[in-house]
Amino acid sequence: MSNIFSLISDKEKQSTSSATETQEYFVNMGPQHPSTHGVLRLLLTLDGEIIRKVEPHIGYIHRSIEKMCEKDSYQQIVHLTDRMDYLSCHINNEAVCLAVEKGLQLEVPDRVKYIRTIISELTRLSSHQLWWGVMGMDLGAITTFLYGFRDREQIIDIFEETCGARLTMNYNVPGGVMFDIHPNFQKRTKDFLKYFKEKLPEYDELLTGNVIFTERTKDIGYLSKEDAISYGVTGPSGRASGFSCDVRKKDPYSAYDRVDFKEIIRTDCDSYGRYKVRIAEMYESLHIIEQLIDNIPEGDFKAKTKAVIKLPPGEYYQRVETARGELGVYIISDNKKSPYRVKFRSPGFSNLFALDTMAKGYKIADLVAMMSTLDLVIPDIDR
Amino acid sequence: MNNDELKNMILKVVPEAEFSEEGSEFLNVTVTPEHLHKLAEDLKSNKDTLLDYMFCLTGVDWVSHFMVVYHLESTVHSHRMVLKVKIPDRVNPAVDTVSDIWRTAEYHEREVYDLFGIKFNNHPDLRRILLEEDWEGYPLRKDYKDEVNIVEL
Amino acid sequence: MNFSIYDFTEFIRSIHFWLTGIFSPALADVIGLAIIGVCFLLFVTLLGLSLVYIERKVAAFFQQRLGPMRVGFWGTAQTVADIIKLIFKEPLVTKNSDKFLFNLAAFIVLIAPFMVIGAVPFAKGLHALDFDIGLFYITAVSSIGVTGILLAGWSSNNKYSLIGAMRSGAQIVSYELSVVLSLLTIVVLTGSLRLSEIIASQSDGWWIFKGNIPAIIAFIIFIVASTAESNRGPFDLAEAESELTAGFHTEYSGIRFAFFFLAEYVNFFIIAAVGATVFFGGWMPLHIGNIEFFNNAMDVIPPVIWFFGKVAALLFLIMWFKWTFPRLRIDQLLTLEWKYLLPISIVNILLMSLVALNGWHL
Repeated sequence: MSNIFSLISDKEKQSTSSATETQEYFVNMGPQHPSTHGVLRLLLTLDGEIIRKVEPHIGYIHRSIEKMCEKDSYQQIVHLTDRMDYLSCHINNEAVCLAVEKGLQLEVPDRVKYIRTIISELTRLSSHQLWWGVMGMDLGAITTFLYGFRDREQIIDIFEETCGARLTMNYNVPGGVMFDIHPNFQKRTKDFLKYFKEKLPEYDELLTGNVIFTERTKDIGYLSKEDAISYGVTGPSGRASGFSCDVRKKDPYSAYDRVDFKEIIRTDCDSYGRYKVRIAEMYESLHIIEQLIDNIPEGDFKAKTKAVIKLPPGEYYQRVETARGELGVYIISDNKKSPYRVKFRSPGFSNLFALDTMAKGYKIADLVAMMSTLDLVIPDIDR
Repeated sequence: MNNDELKNMILKVVPEAEFSEEGSEFLNVTVTPEHLHKLAEDLKSNKDTLLDYMFCLTGVDWVSHFMVVYHLESTVHSHRMVLKVKIPDRVNPAVDTVSDIWRTAEYHEREVYDLFGIKFNNHPDLRRILLEEDWEGYPLRKDYKDEVNIVEL
Repeated sequence: MNFSIYDFTEFIRSIHFWLTGIFSPALADVIGLAIIGVCFLLFVTLLGLSLVYIERKVAAFFQQRLGPMRVGFWGTAQTVADIIKLIFKEPLVTKNSDKFLFNLAAFIVLIAPFMVIGAVPFAKGLHALDFDIGLFYITAVSSIGVTGILLAGWSSNNKYSLIGAMRSGAQIVSYELSVVLSLLTIVVLTGSLRLSEIIASQSDGWWIFKGNIPAIIAFIIFIVASTAESNRGPFDLAEAESELTAGFHTEYSGIRFAFFFLAEYVNFFIIAAVGATVFFGGWMPLHIGNIEFFNNAMDVIPPVIWFFGKVAALLFLIMWFKWTFPRLRIDQLLTLEWKYLLPISIVNILLMSLVALNGWHL
């Protein structure tokens, strides 16, 4: 009798335990998912809606750019970099050009430095505008997306007038820029500065001050300074964790040593901090362009280079600050017309893998907010 | 810490280390695989060096040997240096992982493994990262042949 | 037949007499019901089509763009074209899904708003159902829709759908409480659940104006809670396209998807209709006390226009915050209900009882 009784109670125990214990399960977020912004696949281990583990799977649009570089001339490499982080294409081009110029020990004219800096900052602005729109959309406020695009259009029009392309510009060449700026460039840029200075506070009004928005981002996705450094999280995402990683300050290139601007560092370490850093950076970019736009020196738009560039044997490393963080170009030359080895240290690659540490214990909805504050561009990660 | 001080400090840990500053803006230190982990740990934890930020990790195929290149920077002292490991074994290239020292190395090492076939001992999760699991060969090696996709000029 | 745009009672009665004159009483009732059914079917379809168009235009207005402009004049035929496309699309069913429940869910979701819309008073006498528990009926039946959503999520064999459905279940069950309590706050004043009596009690002014402060609090709670109940932004967690792709209707395509879409918009309309009826006097024109001259002037505008005008205003309000606010997170959503809205509604209903007892309302 007691035996049967114990059997039943055992069974009951089993059934109650299976009813109260939860089971972890997997969800594939991506490769086709609206908030991964491209073909990124995240393998989520979930307990209910709570994230236990994030495992990013990348490589869906790996185009072996590094291998292609080993067959291309230095002028051709520049064009491949547009296809990495397409939102800061000009800055990517600049990185390669600067590395090649470093190898050739070529001093580019001042005019080139000014033009490059202005267009870099415009690129950063346009990238942040797009990010701001997409960030709102990820959190469910679709209107911000169109506001961001409305303002980005103005910058893209300026680019189109000057270099004929709207997205993948290829405006830089080793030694300078491909052709001189359009006569309207200065006027239109100044018009844009005036226009966007009025519009930027609107961004704050629409999203930053919103209660739902702050609730969704504050204290979400905590990334400590130690983790940020260890994971190599750079750019606005790293600076929101208190990691002073702005290459423009640390290792000034082009005309950044001639302008006055602040490196935005916050110690929030959360999604809200990353958001605020980018918004503050937009003001800084406007400030940088303002200082340069009236003072573009006269002169050549291109230093003289040979038709076939051969870098002296050696290793050249050039770091630049793209809209997403530190882009490193590592060129090893063996005195041939194409490099022996090229490595692109892309900011997105390092930033992405901090996601696991950031997301543990938060909810799926928070993961979306974290991903948009990391500002991932998938071609940048896959290369 | 300037380059000479760094040199002396490294020589204390690894007397066999080779140095060069030629053709590079950084101090280059070349060590053998067995010394790597010890030196890396020391560079990260030593109060005078504190090279806590690894901004680049990559591999190079020098045909005669492989090389893994670590670009390091200190966020406190803001000095930089390049650590290189020379791996003479082309058949079974292997080196200790540094992913326990710099977290970002875990994924950069996976990329090096994927494209060069260099194994990292004690790596927590050594799998291909960019290519498919069943990809044959290691594309960034100089002897890699792909007659369909690569046109030899 | 004496047709009047101000009072449909006579008109409906004459149709009824005409039917009973031709057929036997039982058959006349059946035919009458059939006519009502067809009317509602047409009405719901047109409503869905026009609401989708209006929503797209309103969204475009907020987003500084034009919205649909190509099909028909100012894009008016766009939604018709969309429906035609959806009808001709292949209805896909996922592998290993529960096919019976999968198909059933789409219908259940649509049945609920159909049943509710019968109880909505469009104008004086233009009313399919008018019981003494009208308001109770509306709140009870409108929650049948959640069964369809849960079934859809469960039967799709998709984790995103399941998460979406579970979210939606938790959300609707919670917010139902606040919706009912906020409506009850007004019922304290009217003393009746019959919709026609609630409207009649507002002949000297709408409850939002007459009901003192508790009525305004109740209205705000009603708008927030009912938006949440209908899964609309900023509470659209069940769909949350940036997190769950499309939530519970991820796997639905073609005409079944159209059902979900239609149900969503009809629910949207019902919320506005109930809100307009209880707080803004339904089809009752704006009357202020006993000022004869003003009241007579307002009476010139037909009740149907008053009703749809108020509904449109509420719809615009709800669309406005859908297109402005970001989305909440599921735990924040439930916190908002259980920790804020529900206690406030309970205190509010007490306040309203005090107001009613002491006659502080107008």
